[in-house]
Amino acid sequence: MNGSIGRLFVLVLLLFGVLVFASSWWTVFGSEGLRDNTYNRRELLAEQLIKRGLIRADDGKVLARSPAQPQKRFGRRYPEGPLFAHAVGCTSIDRGRSGLEEYYNDPLTGRATNAIDAVSRLLGPSKVGDDLRTTLSEKAQQVATDALDSRQQRGAVVAMELKTGAVKVLAAKPSFDPNADDCGASLNLATQGLFPPGSTMKAVTASAAIDSGKYQPDSRVSGENGKEISGAPLNNFGNESFGDIDLTFALTNSVNTVWAEVGEKLGKRTMADYMERFGFYEDPPMDYPDAQMVPSGVNKGRRRLVRPTSDRVDIGRVAIGQGDLEVTPLQMASVAQTIGNGGVRMEPRLVQKVVDPDGRTVDEPLPEEAERVMSGDSAAKVADMMKNVVKEGTGTAAALEGVDVAGKTGTAEVNLQGLNDPWFIGFTDRYAVAVVFERVQGGTGGTIAAPVAKAVLERLGE
Amino acid sequence: MSARNRELMALIPASLLLTAGFAAIFIQQSERLSDVSLTYGAIFLLLCLAGHFLIRFTLPYADPYVFPLVSVLACFGLVVVYRIDETLAREQAQWFVVGLALFAATILLLRDFRVLERYRYTIALVGLLLLLLPRVPGIGQQVNGAYLGVKLGPIAFQPAEFGKIAIIIFLAAYLRDTRQVLVQGRKLGPITVPQLKHLGPLLVVWGAAMFMLVFIRDLGSSLMYFGGFLALLYVATNRLSFVAIGMGLFALGAWFFASTVSHVKDRIEIRNNPFNPDWVEKEGYQIAQSLFAQADGGLFGTGFGASLLRGPSGETLIPAPHTDLIYAVIVNEVGLVGACGLLLVYLLLIERGFKIAMISGDSFSKLLASGLTAVVALQVFVIVGGVTKVIPLTGVTLPFVSYGGSSILANFVLVALLLLVSDRARRPQGATARRGLR
Repeated sequence: MNGSIGRLFVLVLLLFGVLVFASSWWTVFGSEGLRDNTYNRRELLAEQLIKRGLIRADDGKVLARSPAQPQKRFGRRYPEGPLFAHAVGCTSIDRGRSGLEEYYNDPLTGRATNAIDAVSRLLGPSKVGDDLRTTLSEKAQQVATDALDSRQQRGAVVAMELKTGAVKVLAAKPSFDPNADDCGASLNLATQGLFPPGSTMKAVTASAAIDSGKYQPDSRVSGENGKEISGAPLNNFGNESFGDIDLTFALTNSVNTVWAEVGEKLGKRTMADYMERFGFYEDPPMDYPDAQMVPSGVNKGRRRLVRPTSDRVDIGRVAIGQGDLEVTPLQMASVAQTIGNGGVRMEPRLVQKVVDPDGRTVDEPLPEEAERVMSGDSAAKVADMMKNVVKEGTGTAAALEGVDVAGKTGTAEVNLQGLNDPWFIGFTDRYAVAVVFERVQGGTGGTIAAPVAKAVLERLGE
Repeated sequence: MSARNRELMALIPASLLLTAGFAAIFIQQSERLSDVSLTYGAIFLLLCLAGHFLIRFTLPYADPYVFPLVSVLACFGLVVVYRIDETLAREQAQWFVVGLALFAATILLLRDFRVLERYRYTIALVGLLLLLLPRVPGIGQQVNGAYLGVKLGPIAFQPAEFGKIAIIIFLAAYLRDTRQVLVQGRKLGPITVPQLKHLGPLLVVWGAAMFMLVFIRDLGSSLMYFGGFLALLYVATNRLSFVAIGMGLFALGAWFFASTVSHVKDRIEIRNNPFNPDWVEKEGYQIAQSLFAQADGGLFGTGFGASLLRGPSGETLIPAPHTDLIYAVIVNEVGLVGACGLLLVYLLLIERGFKIAMISGDSFSKLLASGLTAVVALQVFVIVGGVTKVIPLTGVTLPFVSYGGSSILANFVLVALLLLVSDRARRPQGATARRGLR
């Protein structure tokens, strides 16, 4: 009998081998798929046990905090409600995360993001996350939000610091209440809203014209109404006709036919080159979830944007912000920031530092240069032209006392019944701003958007 | 060092393990070290010592490793149960005291365990009645579709845990008598087919297993019983053909019921595809959560007390974490490494069990020891295999580790029987059994 007992033990060994194999499969080799399984809520539930870090405005005001709840859990409250909802985002078990809550989830939940931290946290998993100090200005955000709320149309305002790309205002209407359960329910028009840029695009065309060396601010071009562009006549605003006028005058008075011709003469390659340098055709390099940002460019109704070099693109009309060109407010704020910053485009930044629970700064997302778009000299020339727009052109409503404001208005016609998307982009010596409203009856950039830009720039300048 | 002193020494690591385990949980839960962990360790050591001295005075020649191995399993289980629910751990500790008393009673009452042979049919009858109790209206309880529990007033217990011991005793006694005649069957080519009159009782056992599959509706326990039966049959006859015939019959029956009885069919369906959206949040929830917990554990686990056990409203993420799915919690907290360690302890215990069977002098002792050992091995396989999706998940406890009074009491009786067999087998020639306490 002993032989069969021995063989029985061998069988038991084999069976236990199967158990060891199965255990190692689920714990090690096949665990990845289980962790990513949609029905696995462990990670989200585990995060509830961590006291997420605070999110603060640039002056230290708390925008998001984690009050303690029963069962050693933490909730998430946003004391400012809808004011910062798009920028800060929210976090919820059922709907996932958005905004900074998503982008900075690792530091907010105390997960080590660099080697030194990882070593110090080997001693035990941290139950308290790091705090975020954002670049957002509460006062300016409030001004922008009030201005957006004063109209019934949708719209967005983005403001940035010229030198650093620090985002001071990221406001979009409609907003939402992150404390309610509709986390992430609405689009962020500031980063996902696509609008025809209208004449604000002429700032890009002017930059390309001057920096390519083909034009100077005093180069003269015919501003005749009804000039043929790409085989179809193009009209000026109010069908006004001009003779040979210089580019400064043409920008100040936003003469379509001049800038369309300049765009055609520069050619698709040059225009494509400068648009890409300004950041068109790519997701903005902002510290914000990619899923909540869209690139700007020519949109022919397909999922992919059409390059300016394509045969289907009417580059003359793209040069004046038409021809199916669609841009985000963030992109146009970036254009203003670049010109105001001597031709250097900065990566937009929402967070200035990450602070650990002991008060040490563990990460400082420093100002990062995205690209030199043009020479400082060219940028200065374009800036001077844009200052003239505010001094005596279409953008006088943005003028501030004692501060030079440069700008460009835009009145993108949505249909022939006078529905327009009014735009304003501009900058002072410290801040750049972009403002847009959607479909305002008879509104122009100069009358509707410029005053909002002025209010925001004024508040930021205080 | 004498066998008994080796046993005594081996109990120290078990108590240290318990102390360390409780300390880890206290640190995790309240971020401070409490001397309560030392108290628990001391109490546990005292219980172990009580068991040890009982064995020292009554079974001086018994295998010195069985009791320490059981202690390691029990203390490990106590730590895990404590981590899941403090009140359950306190009850579990009380069950250990009762279990130890039953252990002592078994040893003292069955000094000559061979009397069991005489009552084989009575024991078989008791075993079968125990298995059928859960279907008696009024006292039977249905849990997760299977009839395994009995509730008599305030006392709830799982008779199947005791039933398995009764059945093994009966089979060991029965096969000791018939093994010779079973082997002398007719030769059909290379296969020996036993004569029908000898095969009859075995077919009855097969029928009983099938009956349980349908009646108790539990694939796991019928697998356990029938597997134990086949193991004993093989040890008794040394004929693989019998085992093959038996497995074929079981597979046939299982296949038949799997395709006709919806409860069994569902279990298999869920095992094959636990993440089907139709049932992942319902019938498949157990196995899905079990696998998620194991994946969360990884190679080294989260540490004692550090795994995510409860959801927002205080409910446990893994259903029945202290009984059926305790292995998932263990893997979650001590990882693959810890789980392999646990399986290794079981293997060592099983090895000792088979060793006892091998050195036993008479057939009944051999069959009894190997049967009891095989049934422990199968029980571990059925529940760990279920939790790791090797076989359909069924409600069986992890011996000595899972929470549950019936399970602990029955397994202490099982260990007492093993030690009784061992003491007799290792007794030197000429030494007589000492009666009573010295």
